[in-house]
Amino acid sequence: MSIRWKRGALLLAVATLGTVLAASFASAQPTERASMAGGKTLNIYGFGPGDDVANGRAEIAAKALGGASVDNPRGSFNDQAFLTRLASGDVPDVVYMSRDRIGTYAARGALLPLASCLRSESIDRKQYRAAAIAEVTYKGQLYALPEFTNQITIIVNNDVAKAAGVSLADISTTKWARLRQANKKMLKIENGKVTRIGFDPKIPEFFPLWVKWFGADLVSKDGLKAQLNTKQAVAALEFTYSLIRDHGGWDRFKAFRDTFDFFGTRNPVVANQMGAWPFESFYYNVLADNSPNADITAKYFTNRKGGPITLFAGSGWAIPRGSKDPDLACKWMKAMTAVNTWVSVAKDRLNLRRRQGRAFTGIYTANTNADRKVFEDVYQASGKKQFDDAVKLLVQAPRYGFSLPSSPASQQLRQAYIDAINRVLAGQQTPRVALDQAQREAQDAIDKAK
Amino acid sequence: MASIASTAARGPRKRASGGLLSRFRERETWWAYGFISPWAFGFLALTLGPMVASLYFSFTDYGIEQIAGFKATEYVGAANYRQLMDDPKVATALLNTLTYTIMMVPATMAVALGLAMVLLRIGRASGFFRTVFYLPQMTPPVAVAILLLLMFNGSTGIVNEGLGLLHIPGPFWTSDPTWIKPGLVIMSVWSVGGTMVIYLAALRAVPRQLYEAAAMDGAKPWRRFRNVTLPMISPALFFTFIILTIAGITNFTEAFTAYFGPGQAGAEAPEAALMYTIYLFRQAFEFGAPGGMGFASAMAWLLFVIIMIVTLVNVVVSRRFVFYQGETK
Repeated sequence: MSIRWKRGALLLAVATLGTVLAASFASAQPTERASMAGGKTLNIYGFGPGDDVANGRAEIAAKALGGASVDNPRGSFNDQAFLTRLASGDVPDVVYMSRDRIGTYAARGALLPLASCLRSESIDRKQYRAAAIAEVTYKGQLYALPEFTNQITIIVNNDVAKAAGVSLADISTTKWARLRQANKKMLKIENGKVTRIGFDPKIPEFFPLWVKWFGADLVSKDGLKAQLNTKQAVAALEFTYSLIRDHGGWDRFKAFRDTFDFFGTRNPVVANQMGAWPFESFYYNVLADNSPNADITAKYFTNRKGGPITLFAGSGWAIPRGSKDPDLACKWMKAMTAVNTWVSVAKDRLNLRRRQGRAFTGIYTANTNADRKVFEDVYQASGKKQFDDAVKLLVQAPRYGFSLPSSPASQQLRQAYIDAINRVLAGQQTPRVALDQAQREAQDAIDKAK
Repeated sequence: MASIASTAARGPRKRASGGLLSRFRERETWWAYGFISPWAFGFLALTLGPMVASLYFSFTDYGIEQIAGFKATEYVGAANYRQLMDDPKVATALLNTLTYTIMMVPATMAVALGLAMVLLRIGRASGFFRTVFYLPQMTPPVAVAILLLLMFNGSTGIVNEGLGLLHIPGPFWTSDPTWIKPGLVIMSVWSVGGTMVIYLAALRAVPRQLYEAAAMDGAKPWRRFRNVTLPMISPALFFTFIILTIAGITNFTEAFTAYFGPGQAGAEAPEAALMYTIYLFRQAFEFGAPGGMGFASAMAWLLFVIIMIVTLVNVVVSRRFVFYQGETK
């Protein structure tokens, strides 16, 4: 074989390898260049793309970094991507993730406790809502600063309720028998198909709320003992399942619900597809944006004694172990959750809504002081009574909030009860059998993780 | 032709005299290795490497701590493999996957063969319909999954609307555990274009004389199909059977997007849609359990062994049913 041919083939092979290697290393280059450009760079993961409130706060927080630049590749938190970054040593300085994940990562040692951060930046943890703090505390150590808080209230579609002859007092979670009657009156089945949902209990998502009706929780305070098959949990599942069974079963119920334009202009309130349901507070914003004339009433989810309760959900900021600049990360977290930051973006949001001719339904955070200041100093009634009344309710709601205590196996605990409820909804198991199985699965996961 | 003949003539002589190294004196050998080097690099670095690594991890406690380098990876023996037996979800996911595969493979092959035979007979319009039937193959699986939810909605989906016109009450495809897998199978069959093109090529290669001879012997269409077409295209049927079986067993995207992906958050994910690879993925990346990656690696190796066994059985069985032209038995 001639030298010329050998060289040709060798060049082809080398060029191929070179191309593959160049492509492999290309992704690392922008970060390197950013660091070399001068000064410190805060590497953020899991944040954005956000709305005006998120982006506005990010701008304020960036200014609090003393000249350091911010590298924030947009994209939501993803476990797979986060683990890949940990494995490759490309550890972000600060991460934004759902609060129910904090316990799992804290238990695995992947997050730094924030005690020194609180000290160095003089952050008062008392300003944050206790329930939100509990969600990001594991074995007595705080691992994240809670940010937004979505509390759950009941949204009543007044048109549907009136047409069905159901009063607002009937749509109360305190009296289950009365609620079931209201559900039956409001739902509509035509030609074997559900054409209107009466009361959607929103299980499995809000199952902890229904169990809290008894004052019980799905996991012990220290997060180490699953409590999924208590008699309260079984009773809660039996009742909520009965609300769905009234519609002819889960199949019909879900098939109809899947057709909703939930976040659009033909949402289930406007289209009269739902009588009432518990939902997160951000949905009032959606309604105010898309259907400002929707006739709704916001109500508390109440326990068996009539007292309001609400389940907290939200995200938080945490510092991963291996962060190159935990101090800078701490400054960022403090600024993102500070009272002044929230107030500033709330003002901008109010002005934006005014320009759009829409109602401002408030900003609900895990920071008690921020919520108070926003409501007292920024919020102005829109003149749309249904949303103004909702805001009054939402402002008070967080004081009745709770969240599931953090657990070293929080994802698996959640998955265990979700699977159990899905088996019940699919008619495969009774609530008792399903929750017994869930209890075994969850406790097994906790025992392995603690 | 002369070149091929001369190369063929030279080949054995050189191998006999010079062994393996002497092959590299051939210009074609260098070119061949040059051209396969991208694949070889990809296979070694991106497939074989991770496979060997995952085999090692399957015998360790590899999890978040070890991934991040906080803890040393420790050997745990066959603990992860024992856990496969103890975890009932593994059996559920495996059963779901095998059920889906058993339904999907014959359905896809039958529909693809039927379409290919129709295309073979429609003459000029064949090109147009070939493109039409192939288009779903070009649709990203994520889009297919979203289509599935829309088309198969039990209340307003186009499938049930169509069945309604025939006075057939459609099932709740996306929420009734009995119908979830058939729904996924139908969506897979929709993307039948690739298999159809393979069959079309195989059908075109069947010598016409065989049909003419069979017809002269009085064979009816079904007999000609059974005794001429099927044996002659059996290598293509066997190839697609293996490929579809592996695709079925490793099915992930459609079921994950429709029932477990972002937006679904697994909240209403029925266990009937829990495919083996989905459970593997969740163990590795979502649950954050200690040693989760080690357990997921063991799951992956169990899947690999299952695929190898199924493929080997198919190869052995195929010796009786697959006919290769020019082969003497």
